[in-house]
Amino acid sequence: MSTSTSLLIGLLLLVLLALAPVDLNDFGVPYPGLRRYGTYILTLWLVTAIAAMGVNLIVGYAGQETLAQAAFVGIGAYLTAIVTKAGVPFGVAFAASGLLTFVIGIALGFPALRVQKHYLAFVTLAFTVLCWLVFRNEQWITGGVMGIRDIERPTFLGWPLRNHIRFYWFVLAITAIMTFVLWWIVRSPWGRAFTALRENPLRAESLGIDVRLYTLLTFALGSAYGGMAGSLYAPLVEFIDPSPFALGPSLLFMLMVVIGGSGTFLGPFVGAGIAVLLPEWLRAWETWYLLIYAVLVMVMMAFFPGGIVGLLSRLVARKARS
Amino acid sequence: MTALLEVRDIEKSFGGVRAVCGVSFDVREGEILGVIGPNGSGKSTLFNCILGQLVPDRGTVRVNGRNVTALRPSRLNRLGVSRTFQLLQVFPELTARENLILAGQEHRGSRLARLFGARDAGMGAEADRMLDFFRLRRLEDEKAGSLSYGQQKLLDAAMAFMSGSRLVLLDEPAGGVNLTMLADLRERLEAINRETGVTFVVIEHNMEFVMALCSRLIVLAEGRIIAEGPPAEVRRDPAVIEAYLGH
Amino acid sequence: MTDFLQLLISGLATGAIYALAAIGFTLLWQTSQTINFAQGEFVMVPAFLALIAMRWFGVPFVASLVLAILASMLLLGVAFRYIIVGPLIRRGVLPLVISTIALSILLKESVKDFYSAEAQTFPTLLPDTLITVAGVSVSLAQLGVLAVALVTIVLLQWFLAGTRTGRQMQATAQNPTVARILGVPVERMILYTFLINAALAAMASLLVSPIYLAKFSNGETLGLIAFVAAIVGGFNQVRGAIAGGLLIGVLDNLAAAYVSTAYRQAIPLILLVLVILFRPQGLLGRKEERAV
Repeated sequence: MSTSTSLLIGLLLLVLLALAPVDLNDFGVPYPGLRRYGTYILTLWLVTAIAAMGVNLIVGYAGQETLAQAAFVGIGAYLTAIVTKAGVPFGVAFAASGLLTFVIGIALGFPALRVQKHYLAFVTLAFTVLCWLVFRNEQWITGGVMGIRDIERPTFLGWPLRNHIRFYWFVLAITAIMTFVLWWIVRSPWGRAFTALRENPLRAESLGIDVRLYTLLTFALGSAYGGMAGSLYAPLVEFIDPSPFALGPSLLFMLMVVIGGSGTFLGPFVGAGIAVLLPEWLRAWETWYLLIYAVLVMVMMAFFPGGIVGLLSRLVARKARS
Repeated sequence: MTALLEVRDIEKSFGGVRAVCGVSFDVREGEILGVIGPNGSGKSTLFNCILGQLVPDRGTVRVNGRNVTALRPSRLNRLGVSRTFQLLQVFPELTARENLILAGQEHRGSRLARLFGARDAGMGAEADRMLDFFRLRRLEDEKAGSLSYGQQKLLDAAMAFMSGSRLVLLDEPAGGVNLTMLADLRERLEAINRETGVTFVVIEHNMEFVMALCSRLIVLAEGRIIAEGPPAEVRRDPAVIEAYLGH
Repeated sequence: MTDFLQLLISGLATGAIYALAAIGFTLLWQTSQTINFAQGEFVMVPAFLALIAMRWFGVPFVASLVLAILASMLLLGVAFRYIIVGPLIRRGVLPLVISTIALSILLKESVKDFYSAEAQTFPTLLPDTLITVAGVSVSLAQLGVLAVALVTIVLLQWFLAGTRTGRQMQATAQNPTVARILGVPVERMILYTFLINAALAAMASLLVSPIYLAKFSNGETLGLIAFVAAIVGGFNQVRGAIAGGLLIGVLDNLAAAYVSTAYRQAIPLILLVLVILFRPQGLLGRKEERAV
């Protein structure tokens, strides 16, 4: 797809998404707009997709494994909740969340990537458990299992975002910017280097590509996406406790990206959509949902390791040929 | 005149096996040096020690007088030393042209400039020149994985020249290439050497190819240099004949 | 001092259990490039298999233990090998990693949904009678655990080093390609590795459950400890996993007594970080060649 068509399609999707919670009957279109809960779910999807984009950068583009994305989301969420309650503006908290998680990403990734493949997976696994312990035990700052409540939604240029639709638009705008940034990176020469280091790190290294540095950068950048997603998550749910940032959710982040299609640009959005919507659809079977999800993942890996987006693009390509 | 590549007393053991024992040689600017020897004579280990893929137990490697021993391969490459691998190593998911751009992109400008600058990182013209030179122009937008073996081998070699390296180490460039393609490859390598003065070190099994391409040979056996000189001389050396027949 | 000795012995007992889990994990990784992220759940499930045999079918205790081990070898050994790893290994490492992560969730949720979300008491073979020698008191159960685990490890070591099949397995673990050329039946060796891993995990499960109770979520901690023990000890060999397991068991018990219980879980994690920073090849590992 050429640059201008992808941009055009992206813009069109953006407009459609922006209109999703709006009652269009006034404009002669028989569409009542999403209600409060629907808008909330849509916002949650966007926030999840931002974190999943980060995972996709690490897993799909750099070929590494991260099991710490929920921990990074947690760091962003706690940081934002704590400092905005102390009166720091949201913008500062958001930037600080991204920066802090980027720096932690470097600090974790640097020693792990020196050793051998899969060490990053174990180090991030350990890090997630460690973060969860800190969230749970350090009551004086995180509130422990009681969590932090009444996190306020921010004001943007004097425009209060308490209203759910306004907050949705705010999150949508940030998602759009972050999507564009990532799109820019993966189509720049950096993206070409990512492909090279995933497919054949030995050869990439011999062509002057600093494999360790690029891998470290993708990991730190992907983690920062997690931190920024967390920064949006806190004011969205208005109450945080340690449970969504435990090991289980970190594993789910990895699974959702692979289900959507790792290494494809739209994969994280599809995967995040499934991860957010599936528990809603399967509400009647509440306890079964994780079981079904796990089986689904195993079947997908055996038959379509390219994920849903990979499968669809293969079908489209076959249609086009016949 | 100082040597472009200076290899001194390289030693490397694996467990108890000494693969390379004290090899020293010089490579002069502009020459094509062949490294031959029977299987297991330590050629590949020597190559990997020179190129930073393995860390030698002893000895030094200098490029233009600068000590580069055990430098990481990416650093060495940015200092102007390129290589190819024994097994074919192109990136099958990228197009032929993208492969070439990739091979050159880390050598131009800063990393930050590559993030914000043009998609081809300013390597487009150079890639086109290389496509023409290796006669791959009509295949530029094909995925490298869909090219024939010989074409991939040409592309693989072409990638080594994208960075403007002055020293290129080729690990069995002729392996598995058919006869017509082989002549083509040799003729292109000779042309590059003649036109731009790039220096080559070639490991090769195909004796005919090596004898025709190289201006000088060194022969390894059991981790040591047993002969050195112009191809015609080496061919008659009794120690060389013995080493080959003995195996 | 007597306190310290008591803690040391109980630490060695839990450490020996961790070592069992870590050995299986290492063997599997080396022989078949299978990084089993469900290893913790492999140690959680067999206890429930025994509980099912006892409580649902009224099988006597000792017979249930044997049944649990056999069922584990079938489910977590053979079925895991042929249903999950077999089809996926050809697709590359990432799909397999993802699948074992999904498997860990599947096992955990299955136990929770089909058996119980509550922690279950698990009977011990030996009574909790205290024995006091020179002021140091240890329970008979702990000594039993230590003895069983150590005997298992010694038997395994003897099998790997002293029998032809064991040496063939080691050759497969070190270099499958070369092993195949040398005429080792690599496929069969890989299957044996899966069976041994399942049996070791089952042993660990049956030994650890009387101490920490059997609970569906136990796998998270146990899995993490197995990974850490394997890495800390050094990945190239089985004795690394043994050393790593014992070390973590002892540190774990000492930390619970002398540091805070809230951060007891953090001890193996901190150990992991220190090892990766200062001795990445592991305490007993050999340095391998540069990865890239």
